[in-house]
Amino acid sequence: MGLDHSHDTVAAEPHRELRETKPHRALRLGIGGPVGSGKTALTAALCRLLRDELDLAVVTNDIYTTEDADFLRRNAVLDDDRIEAVRTGCCPHTAIRDDISANLDAVELLEERHGPLDLVIVESGGDNLTATFSRGLADRQIFVLDVSGGDKVPRKGGPGVTTADLLVVNKIDLAPLVGADLDVMARDAERVRGGLPIAFTSLRESPDVPEVADWVRSAVRERTPA
Amino acid sequence: MDAALLLLADSRLPAGGHAHSGGLEPAVTAGVVRDLPTLADFLRGRLATAGLVAAGLAAAACAGGRPGLDAEADARTPSPAQRHASLAQGRALLRAARAAWPHPALEELGPSHHPVVLGTVVRVAGGTPAQAAAIAAYGAVTGPASAAVRLLGLDPLGVQRVLADLAGRIDATAAEAAESVRAGVLPAASAPALDLFAELHRQADLRLFES
Repeated sequence: MGLDHSHDTVAAEPHRELRETKPHRALRLGIGGPVGSGKTALTAALCRLLRDELDLAVVTNDIYTTEDADFLRRNAVLDDDRIEAVRTGCCPHTAIRDDISANLDAVELLEERHGPLDLVIVESGGDNLTATFSRGLADRQIFVLDVSGGDKVPRKGGPGVTTADLLVVNKIDLAPLVGADLDVMARDAERVRGGLPIAFTSLRESPDVPEVADWVRSAVRERTPA
Repeated sequence: MDAALLLLADSRLPAGGHAHSGGLEPAVTAGVVRDLPTLADFLRGRLATAGLVAAGLAAAACAGGRPGLDAEADARTPSPAQRHASLAQGRALLRAARAAWPHPALEELGPSHHPVVLGTVVRVAGGTPAQAAAIAAYGAVTGPASAAVRLLGLDPLGVQRVLADLAGRIDATAAEAAESVRAGVLPAASAPALDLFAELHRQADLRLFES
């Protein structure tokens, strides 16, 4: 149901025109992970790196305010009308997994507003290690951890760590300060992920994250044959 | 009761309800709802107003043969924020219902208010107007009650007791709505405080729930 876009949809404002949406072809990329791990920083970095080559838009899920959307707007990574904020009623994981309707509405609104898009990033609200995106909402998902949560986190697993299409371990610049062993994190992550890719980043020091951007590019290419 | 109707009444139905508090969040922000007794007052008021209206609209949509129901819903929903929330939830319910109970009546139904969609889905699922009214009245209080547990950290067992105490009123409200619709009259109770709360909430900087 989630990927079937033949249904009539309406914009977020109350009006009743029936509209046909264009066939879905945008890659829907979920970005999840704990609070403060760098989801919004990664989203902003990807927007800056990809906005000139891909037609893209962002849905933010914020449990408190529209702060994440405002951050993206303040940093002018995308035009305002390419960012939609979803409120999740104290349940960020519900909005990306159990009941994805508000996020689907937001994605469809962006696709309707801008025509066929190449990429829609759905950034989850900060959550815990059990959070994961429904396949009805995201075609691919990135899970973002940071080293300051401790180097045991990859070992603990959880669906985000073990099954995300790409695991990003962020804030590696802090590793010496918090006593985190990156080799341990890499080894544990490789063990629980069965060969799925892992990227180590410091978005604060190097907001240019070529390996993540390349991974997204290839995911979009797979989704949208030239 | 038919199991399909239990599915429709279930809070786990993936139709967007979890992100709406039915005006409970702004009532908490205003300090009107603070504990179990004030929650019970809020729910009684909401049931007697928004709940009765929703139950009437759902019963009428289920019975069919009454065109312009969506405009009737508009007329009974003076707050733009509430109209917005009702349409958003109607859209989400229609999405879930089309997946669960494929039926031409659901494909034909355009964007509509939540109770109108609900009544139509109940008809498709084999239910009666009285049952549509019951589900609408029930949802009018269980949604805000769940939001109260999340926002105020109220004891969930205590909240369940509040809901159990309300059960008779929920049944009576549904029966009143269904009877009124049978007699050709759509209930039109209003709750100005809820309307104002909805508008204040829409402008608030900090909000966890969509409405």
